[in-house]
Amino acid sequence: MSAPTLPLDSAAVTTEENSAPAIVFEDVALAFGENEVLRGVSFRLNRGETKALFGVAGSGKSLILKLAIGLLRPDSGRIIVLGEDVTQMREEDLFALRAKVGMVFQESALFDSLSVRENVAYRLMEEHGIYDDEIDRRVREVLRFVELEHTLDLNPAELSGGMRRRVAIARALITKPELLLYDSPTGGLDPVTSNTIIELIVKQRDVYKTSALMVTHRLQDAFTMATHQFDKQSNRMVPLPAGQRCEVPMSFLILRDGKVIFDGDLRELADSTDEYIREYIS
Amino acid sequence: MEITSPTYLAKEQVQTVQDYVLFSAHAVANIFRKPRYFADMLLQADTIGVGSLPIVVLTGFFTGAVLALQASNTLERFGSVTLVGQLVSTSMVRELGPVLTSLMVAGRNSSGMASELGSMVVTEQIDAMRALGTDPMKKLVTPRVTATVFMLFFLTIISDLVGLTGGLFIAKVLLRLDARQYWSNAWETLVFQDIFMGLAKPVLFGFIIATIGCFYGMNARGGTQGVGRATTQAVVAASVMILAFDLLVTRFLMAVLSLN
Repeated sequence: MSAPTLPLDSAAVTTEENSAPAIVFEDVALAFGENEVLRGVSFRLNRGETKALFGVAGSGKSLILKLAIGLLRPDSGRIIVLGEDVTQMREEDLFALRAKVGMVFQESALFDSLSVRENVAYRLMEEHGIYDDEIDRRVREVLRFVELEHTLDLNPAELSGGMRRRVAIARALITKPELLLYDSPTGGLDPVTSNTIIELIVKQRDVYKTSALMVTHRLQDAFTMATHQFDKQSNRMVPLPAGQRCEVPMSFLILRDGKVIFDGDLRELADSTDEYIREYIS
Repeated sequence: MEITSPTYLAKEQVQTVQDYVLFSAHAVANIFRKPRYFADMLLQADTIGVGSLPIVVLTGFFTGAVLALQASNTLERFGSVTLVGQLVSTSMVRELGPVLTSLMVAGRNSSGMASELGSMVVTEQIDAMRALGTDPMKKLVTPRVTATVFMLFFLTIISDLVGLTGGLFIAKVLLRLDARQYWSNAWETLVFQDIFMGLAKPVLFGFIIATIGCFYGMNARGGTQGVGRATTQAVVAASVMILAFDLLVTRFLMAVLSLN
């Protein structure tokens, strides 16, 4: 299926001055009591790049997203997001940075006391000074992008899992963030809905050049993203020609025992001789 | 079963008290910081205040009525049954009105706050709110604290009045006393100190109810079971704290206001 057009060509504009990496993790460690979850994690996410984050359950993938947006503080190490050191920032200062970052939570985390419209418009309503007409226009626009314009007045409880996930994506996109963090956006969804969501993520990457860090358990989703691009003409995701595989800004990162054991593109992943990685991707 | 060391338990309790004090201070400090969520405060005032009105009215009425009934039994022995109005009024205004209203509101709202906020914590809605650039303390906690303090004050006044009416019902129907005599006794016996004491308490108790409910809710861990535990703990802690602080505040105000 084809993803609908989002008439936001100014979305997620990465200016020349913002040439610093979107995310840099430098030797980040985090423990909960005796349990050392992250033990010196280092990686870099470049502007416009999408990085898929893999690892077995409990390996700390979701924690990396929460650390990146400052919801958690590391025990040691540095985290630079959009040029700012989040490990040194006060909670009050982090709110300004978070305005430039969109996050899609594992279970969507929609506010169940608010309607779809209010959920999607949440950030705009919190900003104050934006007229209702403008809010309504932007909510409809972004809901059209995720093909859920008809759900405007429904409550989250009335939506299916896949619809909730798409509303969460719409909520993350409405302020045109420079960086997107996806926590298992296709987890527990059927293949058709998963494909719709992957197409939305690919479109965000290829058309709006938004940097993204995506936690996933589904290798096939990341492979699809690495072997497809979004075609603006046909308004759908199409496979890359055989010789151009790996030409899209897509990379893979694998965690094991709290450490990064792989960080590279699809070709490097396919060529890896590491026994664990071979087993993981087989 | 694993045995926990008493030192660890003691440290844990001290840590909880410290966290609660910091949490409460943060909630109060936010009153003076922008943004202020006035609409959320009004919504909470409606939920907490108007929503609690039926139970407060019923509790007040039956407490005043049973107080009159019990008092009449004792006063009859001394031939002073006409003083029942005085006894009901001082007991309701000074003590039973604020305490019972607070306990009712605690049962209804501390649990409500703990379960609502706890559910938001375990479903990552609080994290989502922070990720969307909103401080949950300002948006969720401070409006609940200000609304509870404000509404409990007025709920207590209503409870006092309805309690006196309950006493009047017993005095008139069962004790065959004159209604005017009951009211004038009840009214004239009250002095400024009684009313001050009766209306100072709900301000403190309202603060305890809201901060305890929000504290346990915001610190809920461990899924739905954790939310259930937080809800129970919030009601128990709020009720015990209301009764404990009632004793302390009563003693303090009696000394300050030179009441006997």
